[in-house]
Amino acid sequence: MPANGGRPGMTLELLGVGRRLANELGESLSVLVLGDSLTEAEGRDLIAHGADKVYIINDPMLSTYHPDTFAAATEQALRRLQPNIFLMGRSEIGQDVAPMVGFRLKTGLAMDCLDLQVDPATKKLIMIRPVYGGNARAHFMCTDFSPQMATVRPKTQDPAPRQEGRQGSVEFIDVALDPSVKRSDWVAYERWESTGGVSLASAEIVVSGGRGIGSTDAYQQTIEGAAGVLGGAAGASKACCDAGYAPPGNQVGLTGQRVSPKLYVAVAISGASQHIAGMGTSKAIVAINKDPDANIFKVARYGVVADYKQVMPSFIRKCQELVGSGE
Amino acid sequence: MALHLICCAKQVPDPETPAASFRIDPAAKKVVPAPGVAPVISPFDEQAVEVALKIKDARPDTKVTIISMGGASARDVVKHGLAMGADEGVLLDDPAFDGADAYQTAYALSQAVRKVGAFDAIFCGRQAADFDQGQVAIGLAELLGIPALINGQAAEFIDDRRVRFERVLPDGIGVFEAPTPVLTSYSQEVGQPRYPTLRNIMAAARKEITIWKSGDLGLDPAEFIPKTKLVDLYVPVYEGKCEIIEGENAADAGEKLALKLREAKII
Ligand SMILES: Cc1cc2nc3c(=O)[nH]c(=O)nc-3n(C[C@H](O)[C@H](O)[C@H](O)COP(=O)(O)OP(=O)(O)OC[C@H]3O[C@@H](n4cnc5c(N)ncnc54)[C@H](O)[C@@H]3O)c2cc1C
Ligand SMILES: Nc1ncnc2c1ncn2[C@@H]1O[C@H](COP(=O)(O)O)[C@@H](O)[C@H]1O
Repeated sequence: MPANGGRPGMTLELLGVGRRLANELGESLSVLVLGDSLTEAEGRDLIAHGADKVYIINDPMLSTYHPDTFAAATEQALRRLQPNIFLMGRSEIGQDVAPMVGFRLKTGLAMDCLDLQVDPATKKLIMIRPVYGGNARAHFMCTDFSPQMATVRPKTQDPAPRQEGRQGSVEFIDVALDPSVKRSDWVAYERWESTGGVSLASAEIVVSGGRGIGSTDAYQQTIEGAAGVLGGAAGASKACCDAGYAPPGNQVGLTGQRVSPKLYVAVAISGASQHIAGMGTSKAIVAINKDPDANIFKVARYGVVADYKQVMPSFIRKCQELVGSGE
Repeated sequence: MALHLICCAKQVPDPETPAASFRIDPAAKKVVPAPGVAPVISPFDEQAVEVALKIKDARPDTKVTIISMGGASARDVVKHGLAMGADEGVLLDDPAFDGADAYQTAYALSQAVRKVGAFDAIFCGRQAADFDQGQVAIGLAELLGIPALINGQAAEFIDDRRVRFERVLPDGIGVFEAPTPVLTSYSQEVGQPRYPTLRNIMAAARKEITIWKSGDLGLDPAEFIPKTKLVDLYVPVYEGKCEIIEGENAADAGEKLALKLREAKII
């Protein structure tokens, strides 16, 4: 896993929400960066994006990600800096490191927050997260411990814009990392074959198929076909992956990938809360389903109630014509 | 050497309950169980039990203990684990555990694990299908001072003292190895858990379940303190303004849909 948890945009999204909270609270915003050869210029760049202070830890043991070394470095930094609030992205790294550090500091943590607000009365953080597979929302607050910790769901926060001329300081801090902190070894990485050229996480257009697609051939033809024409990525529901129509890496949802594209086309997907948990924040959702009462229509902007086999060929053809026409 | 594996499993409202019958009591900040829908073992926890039992399949002298913290009804979760093939069951049942947060849950489980005794590996779900926190497994490992490998699809013992673990990552599988004792958590990629056989169901019915109250766990009141509190719980409302595109027939609707998206500058 690369040091940004595979989500390059996440840092700017955290800076976006962090800056907003810092302004509301009248506090300063610091960024902690872990690596092995980070430079002052990289710190300056974060200041341009809204940070007041940047703390950099360079250590050879942080050159590649490992939960134990990253947690140890983060824990030590937090003990020293004593922030009021500490945020991470809910990336692969956040899923390891945030609970490790939260338990070590014996403080409160909320995972996978959709939003963070300041409680006007207490000035404490309100951490808003989806629960029950997306069926419900919960607001959590920390009790009397600090830092108040949260991980933020990718693509829920506006990235911080770059502003030239912002002032701030960059400080290199040393931590004592003992090689013995590392208690497991990463021995191999087996990448799944990617189906298309565009990755799901970064695609601006996602076309997904559900169990109703019915076969691998139909998935390839209709879902991957439409994604190809629109220059997007192919996704799937869990039921579609479980049935073997789509590769496991294509799953969108609570336990699959979280996507938030400009356009999400759900074909023969019922819209279970666990699926919506992964795509509900898309800018425009289109649903094609033969059941007029399917839950997916509750979150969709445009819908077609019909058999996808009749709708999709002409949809794809028309898209090709429109998109191919050049503008 | 005979292995001892511990599975932690939680009882949750059935996550397959259709969204339409999902209700919340906002004052109590609790889910109102849908009529006629029985609570279940959290699906990822069932998958964790499956991984432990696969290890037992290969090494039949392995002992598998299942622990659940919950009300009296969570006995069903322990029984389910036994019926799948676990050997021992422990239920942590005490009113003091109601509404426990992630820290308290992990702390109580850690005390229970210490009381159960020596073990080689712990098996958890990646997140419980109620609050979807994804904290308790790692927290439990932290409190026990052992490594945690999370979000897995498979695990095996390379030898008596080392585990090989496959973590599911967004674009592939990361293979990890760790010395025991180790905690591991699992996701749906494990695949379909086994169905209890009739023989195991009967055996499970006869099996005594150990019940521990908070007093049995020697909880330190200074440690058993919530770190977070739930201040609001509600069902989010979607705007629900779906424009249904119609046409002379389905094919025509498909074309109109494409035109609509172009008009709205979405494609
Ligand atoms: C803990 C947990 C985690 C989960 N995580 C995820 C997750 O990450 N992602 C996810 O997707 N699910 C997840 N699920 C599963 C989720 O609950 C649903 O079971 C799943 O999303 C259903 O997939 P589906 O909509 O494709 O299938 P179905 O619910 O079976 O829906 C199929 C739909 O296709 C329509 N259809 C059938 N044939 C046609 C046709 N010819 N033309 C048009 N429409 C047609 C039907 O009307 C129906 O609406 C999770 C479940 C649990 C319990
Ligand atoms: N009350 C409980 N009893 C037993 N195991 C639990 C309990 N709560 C959480 N766990 C375990 O910890 C995992 C993660 O839970 P959570 O952090 O609540 O999402 C679950 O999948 C279980 O394996």
